[in-house]
Amino acid sequence: MIAALKRSALLRETGLTFLSILAAFGVGCIILWAGGYSIPAVFLNLWKGAFGNKISIGQTLTQSTPIIFTSLSFLIAFRCGLFNIGAEGQMYMGAIAAAVVGIYLKLPGILHVLACLLAAGLAGAAWGWIPGYLKAKRGVNEFVTTMMLSSVAIYFTDLLVAPRMVLHDTRYGSNQTVRVMRSAILPKLLRPTQVTWAIIVAGIVVFIVWYYLFRTRSGYELRAVGQSPKAAEYGGISVKRKLILSLCLAGFVAGLAGAGEVLGTHTRFISGFSPGYGWDGIAGGLIARAHPIGVLFSAFLMGALRAGSMQVQRSGAAPGDIASVLQGLVIFFVIAPTLIRRLIRWRRNR
Amino acid sequence: MPEYAVEMRGIVKRFPGVIANDGIDFALEQGEIHGLLGENGAGKTVLMSVLYGLYYADEGEILIDGTPHKQYRPARAIGLGIGMVHQHFMLVPRLTVAENIMLGQEPTRSGVLIDRDAAVRRIETFSEQYGLPIDPRARVNQLPVGEQQRVEIIKALYRGANTLILDEPTAVLTEQEAESLAEALQKLRAEGKSTILITHKLQEAIEMCDRITVLRKGRVVGTVDAKETTERELAEMMVGRDVVFTVHRSESRAETESMLIAEGLTACGDRGLEILKGIDLELRRHEILGIAGVQGNGQAELAEVLTGLRPTTGGTIHLKGDDLTGRSTRAFIDAGIAHIPSDRHLRGLIMPFSLRENAILGRQQEKAFSPSPFWQRQGAITRFTRSIIEAYGVKTPSVGTLAKNLSGGNQQRLIIGREVTKNPCVIIAAQPTRGLDVGGIEYVRDQLLKMRDQGAAVLLISMDLDEILMLSDRIAVIYDGRIVAIKDPETVDRHELGELMLSGVVSQATEQGGSQ
Repeated sequence: MIAALKRSALLRETGLTFLSILAAFGVGCIILWAGGYSIPAVFLNLWKGAFGNKISIGQTLTQSTPIIFTSLSFLIAFRCGLFNIGAEGQMYMGAIAAAVVGIYLKLPGILHVLACLLAAGLAGAAWGWIPGYLKAKRGVNEFVTTMMLSSVAIYFTDLLVAPRMVLHDTRYGSNQTVRVMRSAILPKLLRPTQVTWAIIVAGIVVFIVWYYLFRTRSGYELRAVGQSPKAAEYGGISVKRKLILSLCLAGFVAGLAGAGEVLGTHTRFISGFSPGYGWDGIAGGLIARAHPIGVLFSAFLMGALRAGSMQVQRSGAAPGDIASVLQGLVIFFVIAPTLIRRLIRWRRNR
Repeated sequence: MPEYAVEMRGIVKRFPGVIANDGIDFALEQGEIHGLLGENGAGKTVLMSVLYGLYYADEGEILIDGTPHKQYRPARAIGLGIGMVHQHFMLVPRLTVAENIMLGQEPTRSGVLIDRDAAVRRIETFSEQYGLPIDPRARVNQLPVGEQQRVEIIKALYRGANTLILDEPTAVLTEQEAESLAEALQKLRAEGKSTILITHKLQEAIEMCDRITVLRKGRVVGTVDAKETTERELAEMMVGRDVVFTVHRSESRAETESMLIAEGLTACGDRGLEILKGIDLELRRHEILGIAGVQGNGQAELAEVLTGLRPTTGGTIHLKGDDLTGRSTRAFIDAGIAHIPSDRHLRGLIMPFSLRENAILGRQQEKAFSPSPFWQRQGAITRFTRSIIEAYGVKTPSVGTLAKNLSGGNQQRLIIGREVTKNPCVIIAAQPTRGLDVGGIEYVRDQLLKMRDQGAAVLLISMDLDEILMLSDRIAVIYDGRIVAIKDPETVDRHELGELMLSGVVSQATEQGGSQ
């Protein structure tokens, strides 16, 4: 009976999310229609770009991979009651760290990859620690600090790979590093697509995050702080330490997103490589209702929208920005039920 | 003009499980200051919330200036000339005094532009007329609390209030501020305004009011003339002479072996004011020490200080000789101090967590449940939760049920099960029976006695004097952040206790000696 109850709750949540997505597409149609675009053409191309053939499915998966990481990053902080808006910056810090270790450190095979991943994670974690520390010790709003530190990271890494700077690849004019060593590369997984082993890493991290949050004491304490800081305090948990820890972990996972891009997709650090995966993670985490397993699906949806929108753009059916519009609407409708429920409760309590 | 500014007849207000107002008659004469006196939970605030339209009464009628009104909201109440000054001010800290006062009723120039000068002029007029000096251009967050309160009063007057409700106005004021408030109220009365003053301070009621109505347990005990009453009479009315129904209590095995000793504890409240002003306490084995006092005299802070949740600013806490002063909550838990918090929703349980997860709150580090930070024994936690559910009779469909879906009594059983099975040497029980039904109350009381019989030292904080008298082996009276007396429940005089709780001292008439 309990299992059935549990299942029904899960079913309801999934159903609600699915309906939200449908509603988002519905409103998207109205916007397209109002803009004078052909609705069937847009959706056809969206589909083609995302799932049309092997290459496009590969494209969807490639785009999903970093979003899995950044979504996890968002939800780890969210579970502790914080908003990590800075996965983008933590990802860049991770990416540059992975590149440095991948280029300069000599290690055999898998060890090299692991070293790069670890370096990326630690760099991201360091970038998460700053807002975490400020939040815990000084009460500075993490929303602002994580977001602002993103810009710092993006331009700082750009500076490092600019001409005449240490990490610049002198053979090319653009701001990027040389390739990482072969031993550090995450190889392609499904040729001829762009999908790399990074997606496997992402899958493993999803499981680890789930295990951490729901099966360890540390994760339990982190969630306790997120749900009720007062009760956590009562339970002898140091709230401040948990706040810092959660943003470090969030930064760590976001850093892995950068490593995945550097070691897999690009095999080097390229300034401004991200089209906004960090921001997609906010949506991904929210649509997944802050559940790690749900992230597999929400990140896939975000990736599909990204891949599809490129095809929409190429075909000329509508500007590719339509994907962002849909993404925004999906988030809106996913959050809306909670909002509506809350409003109902508020009315009733009066 | 009708004789009464406000008349409330037979007001009944029920909440799930409680009758907050049980047929209350209350009449406020034109131009009087009327004190509403009662212990916490007596129904004062609920009654005034009904008058102000925050709650609808289930039964009864309200006449305002002689006209009956039914089921109105605060906006309507304001229109009818009723203004309320809440205990927690409803002001926008960053706006100026004038902006706060005119908020919602801004005077305009040609219907569009806000006419600040007109507002400022009007406020200055009020301020002068009623003797409530204020600078309309000052920012609210730069004003001391007393002046913020003045802003609230002017705001009510600005909105046309004829009847002012002040909810424990002196609770946040210094003595001088309280005096100037009293003067202002006299001026308001001279201008024909009527005032209701909610309070639980006896002396203040006598000094500031014309008449006083005393409530107890949702009913009116009586209305007296302030000039003809005494603190003693009021205390008697407030505390009552209820028959104490006894629980089955075994003979006290009072030993003198002390478990926890607190000396000279001082601590600040949430607003930064010093609430605990030097607490000396000794908790002994096999003993329940009851803390009697009117709410707001430091009980909540005391419980938090003794469990490491609130930092102390002075004094020491020793447990069986070990110094715990300044240590973390974790250290207090590990030392064997269990805590049944007064707010089970906020502190005691994590509402969106399952029973399993709540069963180990505070105990999550125990080896049996988690040998390392990254290893939790899920099976052990489930078995433990089941054992609590069985042993403490928690009614729940499963161990995975969320805490918020349990009734209050079952939530409290879970907390007690969790805390008791720690085998603590000290238990801090803060209002453990609040909000429970009769069965739940009995169960909790039995458990407390059981713990005492097993050798624990129990500190019982309760607003229910009967409960304190019934369960305690010794009673400590707390008043204004100090323990003013320690009494034996067998021999203590109820009136004496009431007076100690309400004023911290015993008047000559009651004095019989016998304090520690």
